[in-house]
Amino acid sequence: MDFDKYIKMLKAMLDGSVVSLEIFFLTLLFAIPLALPIAMGRMSKNKLLAGSTNVFLLIIRGTPLMLQLLVVYFGPGLFVIWLKNMGYEIAFFNWLNSWWKRFPAAIIALSINYSAYFAEIYRGGIESIPKGQYEAAKVLGFTPVQTFFKIVLPQVVKRIVPAMGNEVITLVKDTALVSIIGVAELLMVAKERQSELFSFTPLFIAGVFYFIMNWGVSLAFAKLEKKLSYYH
Amino acid sequence: MENTEQEIISIKNLRKSFGNTEIIKGISFSVYKGEVLGIIGPSGSGKSTILRCISQLETVTDGSISICGQPLVTDGVYVPKNQRHDIVLKSGLVFQNFNLFPHYSVLKNVTAAQIAVLKKSPEEARQTAMELLERMGLANKADNYPCELSGGQQQRVSIARALALKPEVLLFDEPTSALDPELTGEILAVIKELAEEKMTMVVVTHEMAFARDISSEVIFMDGGVIIEQGNPVEVINNPRTERTKAFLARFNN
Repeated sequence: MDFDKYIKMLKAMLDGSVVSLEIFFLTLLFAIPLALPIAMGRMSKNKLLAGSTNVFLLIIRGTPLMLQLLVVYFGPGLFVIWLKNMGYEIAFFNWLNSWWKRFPAAIIALSINYSAYFAEIYRGGIESIPKGQYEAAKVLGFTPVQTFFKIVLPQVVKRIVPAMGNEVITLVKDTALVSIIGVAELLMVAKERQSELFSFTPLFIAGVFYFIMNWGVSLAFAKLEKKLSYYH
Repeated sequence: MENTEQEIISIKNLRKSFGNTEIIKGISFSVYKGEVLGIIGPSGSGKSTILRCISQLETVTDGSISICGQPLVTDGVYVPKNQRHDIVLKSGLVFQNFNLFPHYSVLKNVTAAQIAVLKKSPEEARQTAMELLERMGLANKADNYPCELSGGQQQRVSIARALALKPEVLLFDEPTSALDPELTGEILAVIKELAEEKMTMVVVTHEMAFARDISSEVIFMDGGVIIEQGNPVEVINNPRTERTKAFLARFNN
């Protein structure tokens, strides 16, 4: 009987781990490219664009991720209610609200949040490339787009790897925050099983999972750093 | 009327200010095909800025520049952007601190622009690059990265990189200033060889003996104006103006 319960617990936690991994990889998939235009916007010579991007970065980095998760998940519903109170009913928003689910809300909130941090890392990397690299590219006839993608970006990647490693490790742990909007990821499952079994084991297993996951992340980044160490 | 020489660079009344400070105060000169123009003068006299204006790294405040008869800027008004790209390829610039691309191998430093800008095939670009590296005595370093080379070797790679685009004129911005005296010689030898092959060049340098030996003409600049201009032996060995004499006193004793 007891044994059965533990098997069930392990199975549930495995499912939770898969959800955590999905959140992790999907967030990276969206945040890594999304951060590039944000970094560009922040560095733009257009003051309006640079200023509004900066305000966006300040808000995203200046408020709790947990709060952002709540806003993204509950926001559309609250908006529909607010519209109704104002005497409006717009089909599109009703549709959006009925379609709205916990999981995509979690991915969107995390992707926006992480793209803000990534963008600042990219910006630091891009601004650290010496002016001489741009000048050499220009006199050789490279266009600004070629210069960015062939000359600047590859060097930026090398420079930002350590800082990105830090953020990605944090992301593994931050996936646990989405339990606030009821996504059944690993920590949420562990908490449920812990109260059900009156056992510390689920929490311990969850801890081991996060630890192993981050061990993998550290190894991957160490490998990447080594791979990029053929020049300096 | 005998002038059948092709004018490669023509500069008229060039002026350049940074903020309220005028760095170049109305300079005119021409460089003809096969000529080597040496530009000497104290630091801050505007020598490098002239090269940077020709290479479009700086925007002139006033005056005219044409390269191979093609105007880049006329009385301070630039030609449209799409025409400037062709003009930038007519000159090659060798920087004081090389500015090689550190993430590219020596070979790729020399082939990258040929492929991306001139749209040459990788094979063709490689062939051109290997010939140039051979000439620079660096064929065996083709697969190395810039960080694995000495300063002199890096500068030779950057000369090969500039030559790979077959520019009409090569501009050298103090090519030996970042090198220790031992390595200076190897760069000067390369430039000398190019001069013997009748490559048109403008060389900004602090190496007076070198400027005298390779130049067909020398310009001495100070405070943003040309103080003296002419035959290199005349200017460097028998300067006419007091300012040039004072500057050269350190070199001629």
